[in-house]
Amino acid sequence: MTDTRGRIESISAGNRLEIHLSGRWEVGYAAELEIALAQLSPPVDQPVLIDLSGLDRLDTTGAWLIHRGSEALRSPRRSVTLSGARAEHEQLIARVSGLYQPCEIQPPAGNALIRLVARLGENALTVLDTAASFTAFIGLTTVTLLRSLLHPRRLRFNAITVHMEATGINALPIVSLISFLIGIVMVYQSAFQLTRFGAQIFVIDLLAFSVLRELGVLLTSIVVAGRSGSAFAAEIGSMKLHEEIDAMRALGMDPVEILVLPRILSLMVVLPLLVFTADVMALLGGAIMCWISLDIAPDLFLQRLRSAVDLPTFWIGIVKAPFFAGLIALTGCYEGLQVSGSAESVGQRTTRAVVESIFLVIVADALFSVVFTILGL
Amino acid sequence: MNQSDSKILIRVRDLHFTRGERVIFSGVDLDIPAGGVTAILGPSGTGKTTLLRLIGGQLAPDRGTIEVDGINVHQLGTAGLYALRKRMGMLFQSGALFTDLTVFENVAFPLREHTVLPEPVIHALVLLKLQAVGLRGAREMMPSELSGGMARRVALARAIALDPDMVMYDEPFAGQDPISMGVLVSLIRRLNDAMGLTSIVVTHDVPEACAIADHIYLVSDGRVVEGGAPSALAASESAWVRQFMDGLADGPVPFHYPARDYRADMLGIET
Repeated sequence: MTDTRGRIESISAGNRLEIHLSGRWEVGYAAELEIALAQLSPPVDQPVLIDLSGLDRLDTTGAWLIHRGSEALRSPRRSVTLSGARAEHEQLIARVSGLYQPCEIQPPAGNALIRLVARLGENALTVLDTAASFTAFIGLTTVTLLRSLLHPRRLRFNAITVHMEATGINALPIVSLISFLIGIVMVYQSAFQLTRFGAQIFVIDLLAFSVLRELGVLLTSIVVAGRSGSAFAAEIGSMKLHEEIDAMRALGMDPVEILVLPRILSLMVVLPLLVFTADVMALLGGAIMCWISLDIAPDLFLQRLRSAVDLPTFWIGIVKAPFFAGLIALTGCYEGLQVSGSAESVGQRTTRAVVESIFLVIVADALFSVVFTILGL
Repeated sequence: MNQSDSKILIRVRDLHFTRGERVIFSGVDLDIPAGGVTAILGPSGTGKTTLLRLIGGQLAPDRGTIEVDGINVHQLGTAGLYALRKRMGMLFQSGALFTDLTVFENVAFPLREHTVLPEPVIHALVLLKLQAVGLRGAREMMPSELSGGMARRVALARAIALDPDMVMYDEPFAGQDPISMGVLVSLIRRLNDAMGLTSIVVTHDVPEACAIADHIYLVSDGRVVEGGAPSALAASESAWVRQFMDGLADGPVPFHYPARDYRADMLGIET
């Protein structure tokens, strides 16, 4: 089989240059043909004949390249002639050349720095808008919650229990496993450092304090944000896409009451319980590691644990959980309700729900630290 | 019959609505008589669905009033709005069934939400509505198992579950095969007459609209272009009405969407 790609050959014949075009001048070969055309540089006053008789196939791109190439060669002192084209090729070239208008492309107006600043400003305004509408959503949810509390029949206990199972019981294995492993890692890492000072026994203090106050609740919140915050956004988002939310409104029902409240309430109940499980599992993992690597027997571990931490330390971790749960569920539901247009939007909003809820949880945790420090806890 | 025919259920006056930069409505006046089927026809993208949402109070107009049975929709508080919506059934383009509930539960949903009826009564009412749309046998199916036409009929059963005064249909015929189209056409007419409803059908299917409507409004470019009985529209001399009713490619509505200068566009020049 012969090579059919588009080709250019230039031959000097007497005092003129003949350029023979052959093969398939199609969009697939356009890049190489354009380079080859640009490399043609006949002497200034030599006439040029472009011979098109060898062309197999020609499409719009090829015709446009030929036309532009011939116009680039043409000058007051040099004539350019096209010859030998088949009728249909000639027609196409004539058609394309009618549309050919050389121009200088202007760079976008304005200074690059100014455009950067303008974009920064636009993004900042978007963030402010989002913050305002999220705050409004918190207000709407609170009002709906208060109204539902006045008519307890409107609290959907069925939906609440379903969500408690999905966000709580089904999350138990992963939360337990992660906390257990974190307990092991904490002891393993701190044992290595503290042994150098002969202070192995303080491994237990370190483990208990960090797990009960911070790590238990923070890790659980992050896992739940990834599992349930995203699920809330995706569930509500796809309902929004299928017009189910509109249908609810049209049937005289309030989507916030039906979809948002049960999710928020169930997560606020379930997250403290998950945090409790995480605390227990992390201490368990730590105790096992103490026994294996530091020879601290479980009874000594428990004894040390009891003298190292008091009950408030435990409660400080647990107390934060309902607040974090509220933030995660609100963000998930809010982003779900913001879905519009296409399925792509569901994906974007789900991602945003996870990122934003983890961010908010960590900001809230920092605020709690400040408050607890002021309170002297 | 004559008396109810002359009564106006929905009165739209000087309606203005913009979405972002786009003007959707600029001065729409509509009267929808009680007890009949009114079709609102217009090309895609003229905001016919938006009009239904404005009537249902899901959107607020920039200017103008919408009165339903003498009540100004956009002066109602939340409670009043929800009470009014119970009197309006709405059928969405996609059906919008709740995907995690069976057909039976979908139809029962508004009854369970808004009433404290005992279970046997709900059962009887749901079967009655499903029988009316011919899908009593499909009551245990999930929405994902239904064909498009069936989903719309279930949604219709749900929309009439609370015996509303009026039903709004958003593109009920879009994407239906001729048989389910015929089923929906006859169903809309039959339900309207049997239940004494007022029906508003938003569509761009001209023959179907002419077949069921008592009154047709043609909407384009944010205004009502023409209104009247189907026979009057069929005889209209207006060039725009002719183009729409006969489906001509070029006419007052140009073939080319408004664009920049062709040459500038091809060369990517910023203008």
